Amino acid sequence: MYNFTPISALTGGLIIGSAVVLYFSTTGRLAGISGIFANALFSKSNRSSNILFLLGLVIGPIGYFYFNKTPVNFEITSSSFLIVLAGFLVGLGTRMGGGCTSGHGICGISRFSIRSIIATITFIITGITTVFILQQFGIYL
Amino acid sequence: MSENFFSLLSGIIFGIGLVISGMTNPEKVISFLSIMHNWDASLIFVMSGAIITTMPFFYLLKNKNKSYLNLDIKLPQKKDLDKRLIIGSSLFGIGWGLAGLCPGPAISSIAFFEPVTLLFLISMATGILISKYI
Repeated sequence: MYNFTPISALTGGLIIGSAVVLYFSTTGRLAGISGIFANALFSKSNRSSNILFLLGLVIGPIGYFYFNKTPVNFEITSSSFLIVLAGFLVGLGTRMGGGCTSGHGICGISRFSIRSIIATITFIITGITTVFILQQFGIYL
Repeated sequence: MSENFFSLLSGIIFGIGLVISGMTNPEKVISFLSIMHNWDASLIFVMSGAIITTMPFFYLLKNKNKSYLNLDIKLPQKKDLDKRLIIGSSLFGIGWGLAGLCPGPAISSIAFFEPVTLLFLISMATGILISKYI
């Protein structure tokens, strides 16, 4: 398996899980990021809390880069057109489906929500299919 | 006040976890979705690590009405598998596969100062706005 990093992936996952627990046990809300982003933009309730959570999502990595000198990769090969289309579908799809990788994939599955389990299986299948189709057109290697 | 503090702190910890997990790299997410070619299963370990951490806490807190800051605990009440869930999640997966970005990593990626991230986030905000009319 190419570039497989189980240790850092599991470590990162444990840290993400701790953040979800901290957020839920203090604010009483699930850390579903598509929902927090949507509410920060278009809803007045809990606005400062939502904006600060999103700000933290950016400050955390900046702080990590500052103290950890090893470079962290950010590689994206999609064209601007595909990125615009991708962003649009992610925004539309997560709001119609009521969650994303964090809300359904982490919070929902760990609460044994049937809706979230079905949603997660669905977006992984359509994601795999999309990548497969793009690879047939030579867009991803 | 403390709600704001803990929101910021949770966001910071979540963002650090995303970077360490490698999921802020779209290429790595695409490798997970690429099961036919150079498959990278790391994302399963990220989700498993997060789920085994959260599961016991959600179980312990499931009958509580108030959080530690005495705020109302809000959980989704919907149980039915409706069309919006399936169509929405399908569209989300297509968008996820097109760029390798989902909302969390897309927001954290602002830290890389790459213009494509902003392009993605503006499109995402547009998609959210349109969702209110569908």
